[in-house]
Amino acid sequence: MKLLERKHPLAIRWFHWLNFPLLFLMIWSGLLIYWANPVYRVGIGDQTLLKLTVDQSVYRKLHINNRLAEGMALHFFFMWFFTINGVLYVAYTAFSGEWRHLLPNRHSFREAWQVVLHDLHIRKEPLPRRKFNGAQQISYTGIILMGLGSLLSGLAIYRPVQFAWLATLMGGYQMSRFLHFWITVGYLLFFVVHVAQVVKAGWNNFRAMVIGREVVAVGNDDKLGPVAIAPSQGSTES
Amino acid sequence: MSDERDRHDEPAAEPASLEGPLPDREADEQIRRMTRRGLLVMAGSVGAGIVGYKWLRNSPREAGVEWPLRRTLEANERLSRAYFSRARISPTFSKSDITRPRVNGHQGLDVKADASAWRLNLQGLASGTASVGLAEIKALPRREMITELRCIEGWSTIVQWTGARLSDLMTRFPPITRDGRAPDVEGHPGNLASYVSMETPGRGYYVGLDMESALHPQTLLVYEMNGQPLNWHHGAPLRLAIPVKYGIKNIKRIGTIRYTNVRPADFWAERGYDWYAGH
Repeated sequence: MKLLERKHPLAIRWFHWLNFPLLFLMIWSGLLIYWANPVYRVGIGDQTLLKLTVDQSVYRKLHINNRLAEGMALHFFFMWFFTINGVLYVAYTAFSGEWRHLLPNRHSFREAWQVVLHDLHIRKEPLPRRKFNGAQQISYTGIILMGLGSLLSGLAIYRPVQFAWLATLMGGYQMSRFLHFWITVGYLLFFVVHVAQVVKAGWNNFRAMVIGREVVAVGNDDKLGPVAIAPSQGSTES
Repeated sequence: MSDERDRHDEPAAEPASLEGPLPDREADEQIRRMTRRGLLVMAGSVGAGIVGYKWLRNSPREAGVEWPLRRTLEANERLSRAYFSRARISPTFSKSDITRPRVNGHQGLDVKADASAWRLNLQGLASGTASVGLAEIKALPRREMITELRCIEGWSTIVQWTGARLSDLMTRFPPITRDGRAPDVEGHPGNLASYVSMETPGRGYYVGLDMESALHPQTLLVYEMNGQPLNWHHGAPLRLAIPVKYGIKNIKRIGTIRYTNVRPADFWAERGYDWYAGH
């Protein structure tokens, strides 16, 4: 026997998949803007580990040089869709009760550590069989806070006089720009880990983000009726 | 174990039979059906998204940018102008914060121009036109501020500006009004001409400003920069410092100031940038 268990509500699946191209377009247009003044680097003091100033010949090869006006026009167009999608997502999770699965609690941090050990094959015990484990709760809540950080730092850069209090709160105009950039690098890191975990968790888990349901194998217990034995494929990561 | 999941209220369109355990074959068939449908909807959405994006990028351009993007820039401008207040001040700094000034392009800065022959032409005045010398600008109340000049490219410098408020020049030489009545710069600034146009001598560079930004107390006609008389590369003898705008609006070597009720042309707005470019 198999159970087609409800996992992701329809609204959340739409918010999730719409966010993917929208965030991509925000990053892409942001890169067209960054080109005009590519100043950031990874390093300590004068030691530069990784210069985020790409050589102009690379920019020309990718055809992203001299496109500042285009980048700004696109950025200030898609920002509305990106923001509205994010706000609706947060509102939906708040009103539907989905936040109960997503918000970390006092156990999440200990559990997140166990998940890390498990994923590194150091800890052998199985992970808790819940919709989202502690590591996921922290990541999925953190990414929303990063989204809020992008919005606020973006507003501080966009209108640094009308929202001077916000720019000051962020540490000034250049600091707002700095935060706005590094939050974006954070999205890319999230993306890499997220996709790796989805690949690791397998098709059943991925499919649940498309159709909303996950297949769970069940056996028959005479007293309890059908009980879950195990998800037919890994299902604790996504 | 499934009570947590039962809280979802999915549309009742799903057959109720899906909620219980199903024999393997039926479950597989159901999941195949749902997957097929899900992937079709996804493929359709991706297709619609690509068509939509192509439509956007292939729309006819208006002043260097696709018209839906231009409309959005204008809508963003309306929102920004509705929120704008002259009471909100660009943060000011101390002398020790001043950074090395940067010259970023020479549009309109013709080196052969004759500084001694320079006069400021005022047009669109209630009294018609006027021609003003630098001494008359310097006779207006002298203002000083240390503010951040933010370039649209992303960099910024901190500069000490010394000059006269554009609003003080307007009090001295009142602009035309919207309704044709006599101007009252201090009492009824909302009735002044909607826009200000500024150009370099020879019109190699020109900017358009909304009147609210022009009247901002930090909008200065500058003749000294970082404690020194303005030099040639920074727009001598007179330039604009307007911290409520990007650097592109801080026009150097102003030759003409014109008040108008028709939205003026702007050098960079004609090349795909936002006309408002406000902060």
